[in-house]
Amino acid sequence: MLIEQKLTILADAAKYDASCASSGSKGTRTGSRLGTTEGMGICHSYTPDGRCVSLLKILLTNYCIFDCQYCVNRVTSDTPRARFSVEEVVRLTIQFYQRNYIEGLFLSSGIIQNADYTMDQMVLVAKSLRVDHKFGGYIHLKTIPGASDQLLEEAGRWADRLSVNVELPTPADLKMLAPEKKAPEIEEAMDTIKSRIDQFKADRKAGFKPDRFAPAGQSTQMIVGATATPDLDILNTSASLYSKQHLRRVYYSAYSPIPHADARLPGRSPPLVREHRLYQADWLLRFYGFQASELVAEADRNLSLDIDPKLAWALQHRDFFPVDVNRASRELLWRIPGIGTRNVDRILSIRRHHRLCISDLKKLRVAWNRTAPFVITHDHNPGLRSLDKLGLRDQLKVKEKQLLLFDSDESSIDGQL
Amino acid sequence: MQTYTVETFEEWRGIARQLLRSRVSPGDVCFHEQSSQGSLFDAAQEEQSVAAAEATTVISVPPKFLNLARVVACHRDPDRFQLLYRLLWRLTTLDSRLLEVHTDDDVYQVRRMEKAVRRDIHKMHAFVRFRKVISEEGEQFIAWHRPDHRIVRLAVPFFARRFPAMNWAILTPDESVVWNQTELVYGPGCSQRDAPAPDELEDLWRTYYGAIFNPARIKLKAMVREMPLRHWKTLPETEIIQELLDDAPRRVAEMIARQEGHARSAADHLPAELTWDALRDAAVICRGCDLYRDATQTVFGEGPTDARIVLVGEQPGDSEDIAGRPFVGPAGDVLNDALAQAGLNRAEIYVTNAVKHFKFERSETRRLHQKPSAREASACRPWIEAELKLIKPDILVCLGATAAQSLIAPGFSITRQRGEFLPSDWCGSTIATYHPSAILRSPTPAQRQATLSLLVDDLVRVRARLNEITHGTVS
Repeated sequence: MLIEQKLTILADAAKYDASCASSGSKGTRTGSRLGTTEGMGICHSYTPDGRCVSLLKILLTNYCIFDCQYCVNRVTSDTPRARFSVEEVVRLTIQFYQRNYIEGLFLSSGIIQNADYTMDQMVLVAKSLRVDHKFGGYIHLKTIPGASDQLLEEAGRWADRLSVNVELPTPADLKMLAPEKKAPEIEEAMDTIKSRIDQFKADRKAGFKPDRFAPAGQSTQMIVGATATPDLDILNTSASLYSKQHLRRVYYSAYSPIPHADARLPGRSPPLVREHRLYQADWLLRFYGFQASELVAEADRNLSLDIDPKLAWALQHRDFFPVDVNRASRELLWRIPGIGTRNVDRILSIRRHHRLCISDLKKLRVAWNRTAPFVITHDHNPGLRSLDKLGLRDQLKVKEKQLLLFDSDESSIDGQL
Repeated sequence: MQTYTVETFEEWRGIARQLLRSRVSPGDVCFHEQSSQGSLFDAAQEEQSVAAAEATTVISVPPKFLNLARVVACHRDPDRFQLLYRLLWRLTTLDSRLLEVHTDDDVYQVRRMEKAVRRDIHKMHAFVRFRKVISEEGEQFIAWHRPDHRIVRLAVPFFARRFPAMNWAILTPDESVVWNQTELVYGPGCSQRDAPAPDELEDLWRTYYGAIFNPARIKLKAMVREMPLRHWKTLPETEIIQELLDDAPRRVAEMIARQEGHARSAADHLPAELTWDALRDAAVICRGCDLYRDATQTVFGEGPTDARIVLVGEQPGDSEDIAGRPFVGPAGDVLNDALAQAGLNRAEIYVTNAVKHFKFERSETRRLHQKPSAREASACRPWIEAELKLIKPDILVCLGATAAQSLIAPGFSITRQRGEFLPSDWCGSTIATYHPSAILRSPTPAQRQATLSLLVDDLVRVRARLNEITHGTVS
C-alpha cells in the first residue's frame, strides 16, 4: 500500500480525536537538533471544520480487536484498514516538521494483538524520534489502558504529553457501548501516570535531575452525545478528573456520525452547541471558581443551549446582583456575565487609578449587552433597569441565526455556532 | 517643532532618550518615517542634532515599557513613534504606573498595536512553509512569506532555535534572512517571484489535510478568522479547501446513510420477558445477521435452566444444523467422551453456542464449516448474554477462541491462557479450553490424544472447582 493511501486511512481515522494542543511543555529538551517546544503551541493550519492543525495526528494502525460501538475502528466495522511501520511514522513526522507544517506528532492506535504489543510499537516511534533524530518537537502519545507500567514509564520518558481516554462520561455508558474497556483499567493507567509525574516533580524539587516524564502532563477525551448521560454527570466526571488526577485538559468530542454506526447510537450528530457549552462550563470550573452543580440549572440536568452557562447562572441568581465593579472582590467579578478573567485582572488594576465607567468597560471589550443588566458602574447604568424584568433571558439570547451551509445536511441545522 | 526621521526601535530610543533629558514635550516633536511624505514646513527646518544634549540626568523607564515599545516599533502605523514618545513622556513625568490603565487612550492604542504585531509574529511562526531545494551546495529549505508588519527580526530567532541543523532562508518583501547553522544573515527584501518551486512533499501534506478534516462539521468563519485569506497564497493546503467543501455534503450523507450491517443485531429480536421458553421461541426467527439465510434452523442452547455449569461452543456444525440441537455431531461425541473422562454428567450441564446459526461454505459434496466473523459473533451476543443472565451458572466454560473472545476478552488466546479460572462479566469462575473440533482437526493421532488430554484436564479442574464452590472454599 502506498504511503498516501495509508495516510488517508490513518489520518481519517484519527479525526475523531479532539485534542491538537501542543502547549504546556516547559522548554525544549536539551540536545535536540530539530524542533522546539516553547510554551505556547502553534496552529500551523486550519481545516474547514474550524479546527486547528498543529500536530500530525494519526493512528499507527486502525486494526483493532475491540468492539467499541461509537468507534469507527471497532473490529466489527468494515472500514478500510491500514498499518504504518514505525519507520514510516518517524519519516513522515521529520519530513513534515522540517517544512514547518507541524508542531509535532500525536500518535494513537487501534489495539493489535494486545495492549502491551501496541504500546510497545508506539513507544518505539517516540524513542526513535528522540534518540535517532534528536527530535525536540512535541510528542503526544495516547496510552493503551492495560499496558504494563514499564511501557507507560518509557512512554512518559519520550513523550511530552500522555493521555488515556475515559471515552464515555460514566462507567455505565462504557459498559453499554464499550463493554471491553473497563473503567478501573482506565483509572489505573491515569493513576500510574499521575504518580510518575508527581514523583518527577518531587525528585526535581529535592535537587535531583530525574529523566523527563510527560512534562506537558496528561489529558483525556470523552465522547458526548452518544449516550443519554446529562451534562451534570459529564461535568462531575470532569471535575473529579481535574481534582484527583490533575489532568491538564478534558476534551469533549461531540459524537460524529460514523459510517456503519450501531443502532444503539443516535443516527445524527448531536448539536455542536452542546459541545461548546460544555467547554464553556469546563472553563468556569477551572478558572472561575464555579461548581458543576451550580452550573447545570435546567430541570433535565443539562446546560442551557440558548445562553452561555455563566449567564444562565446569573439569571437564576439575580439576588446576587448587581455587582459594583469598583468595589467587588475578584471572586465576585468572575461571576459577572460577559467579563472574563483577563478583564477582571485589568479592572482590578485600573481601579487603583480611577473609578470605572461604562465607557471603560466597553473599551475593555466586555460583552456589554450581557454585562449591562448586572453591574453598577461609577456613572449611571441604564441597563440595570432590566435586572428584574421577566423577559431578560429572551432579551439576552444571541439573535444571530444559525449558519446554514448545506440545507440538505441536517447536522448543520442543529450544530453550527 | 523638532522633526526626526526614524526607522527602527534603536534609532527611536536614542532620540527619545535625548529628548527626555532636554525635557522636550511630545507636542514639540514630530517623528517621521523615511518613506512617508514630510509636512509642508519640513524643508524649511533643519533636522535637529540629538547629540547636543548632555547625558546628565538619569531617566528611569519601566522595563515593561521598553519591551512593549520594541514590539510596537515594528507596526506599520506611521504614528507609532509619535505615540510611543507621548506615552514615554507621560510615564516618566506624570504617572509611572500608567501602563496599568488599559482604558487610557494612549495605552489602549499602544496595546492594540502590540497585539497586532504579536499576532503577526505568531502567524509567521505558523505559516512559513519551507520548500526543500537541492543544489550543488547541498539541501536548503526556503520559504517566502508576507508578514503584515516589519517583524522579521523579531520573528526569525525562533526558527534558528527550531531548525538549528538545517540550512534555511526566509524571504519577505521587507528583508530576507539566511541561517547557515551558526548565524542569521539579513539581506534585502524579495518579491514572490523569488520563491522556490513547490516541494514534492506538498501533495502528501494536502492528503493529510483533506483526511484530518471532519466533513460533519463546517465552521468556515472560524477557519478564515484564524487563517486569513491574505496568507493563503503561500499555504499549499488551501488549494483543496473548495474541493473539500464541495465534497463534504456527500461524505456526510455517506457517513449517516451507511448504517448497514452492524445496525442490526439480535437485540432487536429479544422477547420482553426473560424465560428460557420465550428466548428459544424468539431465537427461531432471529434476523440479527445474515447467517439465517443459508442455515437450516436456529440451534439454541439446551440443558437444565438451573444448571451450575454452562458450556459455550462456537457455532452449530453440519449435524447440529440439521438436528437443531447443540453438540450432537462428531464434535459432540468428542465432548461427551471428554466429559465422561472428567467425571462430569452432560445431563446436568447447559450446553450452547456463541453463534446460533451454522456458517458454512459449500463444496461439491459437503458443507464446510467457516469461522463466524467478529461482526456475526457480536450480532448474536444478545442471545448468549440472555441465557447467562437467566441461568447464572457457578462456572462458565468457553470452548474455543470464538466463545472466549466474545465472553472473556477480545484478544484472548486459547493456547496461552487456557485452563485458568478468571472472573468475567458473566460468571466469577470463567475458564476457557480447546473446542472439541480442535481435537478432530489435529493432524496426527498423537497430537489428537495430547489435545484431548488437555481438554480433559481442564474439565477435571471444572469439577474440582465445582466441589470447592459447593463446600464454600471459593465463591
